[in-house]
Amino acid sequence: MTPEREQAIREGANHWLVQPRTVRVLKWISGLILALTVLAQFFVPVHAYFSVDSWPGFYAGFGFLSCVAMVLFAKVLGWLLKRPDDYYMRPTRLAPSVIEEDGQSDDV
Amino acid sequence: MFEFVMPPAFILITGAVLVALARPTLRPAIALLAPLITLYAIWQVPDGVQLTTTFLGYQIELVEGSALRRLFATVFALMAFGGVLFAFRQSKWYELSAAMVYAAGAIGVSFAGDLITLFIFWELMALSSTIVVWCGGTETARAAGIRYAIVHLTGGLILKIGIEGIYVATGSLEIQALTLDSFATWMVFIGVLINAAAPPISAWLADAYPEASPMGGVFLSAFTTKTSVFALILLFPGQPLLVWIGLFMIFYGIIFALLENDMRRILSYSIVNQVGFMVTAIGIGTELALNGAAAHAFAHIIYKALLFMSAGAVLYQTGVRKCSELGGLFRTMPLTTICGIIGALAISAFPFTSGFVSKSMISSAAGYEQLGVVWFLLIAASAGVFLHAGIKFPWFVFFQKDSGLRPPEAPWNMRIAMVLFAAACIVIGVFPNLLYGLLPYPVDYEPYTAEHVITQLQLLLFAGLAFFVLLPLMKRTETISLDVDWLYRRAVPALAGRIDRGLTAAGEAASRLVLGVGSLLIRGFKESTYRYFSSRGPMGHTALWMAAVLALFLVMTLIL
Repeated sequence: MTPEREQAIREGANHWLVQPRTVRVLKWISGLILALTVLAQFFVPVHAYFSVDSWPGFYAGFGFLSCVAMVLFAKVLGWLLKRPDDYYMRPTRLAPSVIEEDGQSDDV
Repeated sequence: MFEFVMPPAFILITGAVLVALARPTLRPAIALLAPLITLYAIWQVPDGVQLTTTFLGYQIELVEGSALRRLFATVFALMAFGGVLFAFRQSKWYELSAAMVYAAGAIGVSFAGDLITLFIFWELMALSSTIVVWCGGTETARAAGIRYAIVHLTGGLILKIGIEGIYVATGSLEIQALTLDSFATWMVFIGVLINAAAPPISAWLADAYPEASPMGGVFLSAFTTKTSVFALILLFPGQPLLVWIGLFMIFYGIIFALLENDMRRILSYSIVNQVGFMVTAIGIGTELALNGAAAHAFAHIIYKALLFMSAGAVLYQTGVRKCSELGGLFRTMPLTTICGIIGALAISAFPFTSGFVSKSMISSAAGYEQLGVVWFLLIAASAGVFLHAGIKFPWFVFFQKDSGLRPPEAPWNMRIAMVLFAAACIVIGVFPNLLYGLLPYPVDYEPYTAEHVITQLQLLLFAGLAFFVLLPLMKRTETISLDVDWLYRRAVPALAGRIDRGLTAAGEAASRLVLGVGSLLIRGFKESTYRYFSSRGPMGHTALWMAAVLALFLVMTLIL
């Protein structure tokens, strides 16, 4: 991290959008909108393709829970599949002849 | 009216050639005009077969018009124009030229009246897009381009086997709905699906696209997968298998995008996700679903290009591609931020954006058909799209923790291209009939009902809540995720290496053995010659050896 970058980060923290006060206001507004979208369902009847999907707040709950499920599933899969991002740049254990030609090491 | 219809694809190819040959000062004008002239020509193509010619003894139909064909060709031409506008001051001429040929290939496929024409333009796309990948200019781009070419040339080969099989079996090269009842139709099915990034061959997309140049990625995002969607609509509408293939692609895209750190690879996975929606719709196969697939392809090309443009602008200005090293860019790149957010809202199908009016046709089609599981999965996936692309991309690139990067705003041509495409996303969202009027079937669908807007907002905003609640779980790690391409990038080379090393070792062991045994014999022979030839040896031995040598001589004289 260069000194200019650190300077930029210090100055960047003064931006109105990242002030704790703004963030607090944004959080309250978002919460209010979330509540409104659910409450609105009491005034606008939702017709159902099936049955549960006309319940009040079905889309809110279903959307939230399926996102949680997907994030958790991704997390578990990540333990299995994640590799350092230079994974494919490291040479594989190729044939000795290839290693000699490329001068690559044999350690992976 | 035109007496002779010039195939629109040829106009764009001519433009690409002229870009390559013209003086540098003329290139931008040619590159920008060619897609617009092509667009005009596309709208001059009436319904039905317009142009036939003979190719290698086959009667082929170079241009056949229909609403669906014009729809796809239109968006490809618009995309070519927007892409050129985004790229013309930054790209090398050969990148522009290759990208225009690539777009021409897609337009050629859109108007292809028979399978041979389709195949020719299909391969033209494979070759020119490989060049676009190579224009990334790095060693990783070179390697990724070769892998990309191998996948697509193999896919083309499979497609060709299928086309030949169909011709041999039926004697017809017409593009018509096929059923999966023979080897040949399966080959066509697989060949087309490889270009759609369907499982298990999805990895090529996220492997190659992020390695292209900031400008090349914009072109790559649009054509290959969507021509494949187009071909599926014509060849396999209502094929039930496609529903499940599409659903797999949808969730594959979401999960892998959630794991990813490279910003353009996140967007690449989300292409697979979005194409999954279209493939599912084609599998459902009703008029509403097919309209939905076509409309979604149109809307998707524009907002995905917009997302790739904003990511490309960031990459061009900073040279940084990892989310873990980006953040806080909204301070100095406000226009790119806003355009990126509009693209992100459109892909998430927010009301009053293009994604809302197209994607909801697909889930509604599943609902009307009473496909319970499919409908619930599509709704969950819609929330997931907002999670992985709608919030994750803008949040990690433009907001989150400040990286201290203070790049200036993107160059003016990039800004104009982004603003145009962002405007298109909103115009289509606000006036959906502009898009609905182009669809293949008459549209009896009203996206803007109060209940639909409210339920969609509920779904998306609570998905957003989930994102911020789970933010600690989504901390960026400097990792990639293994995919099926691990098989051909690691497992096969490792196996080949193991076999090679094994054979080399075995060969060395064998030669050591032969040499050892041989030298032992010779030494023994030399050291104990007396046993056979010395005077101290028994007479009989010597006589026997003499007889043996004489016999040998005799045999040799007889033979030679």
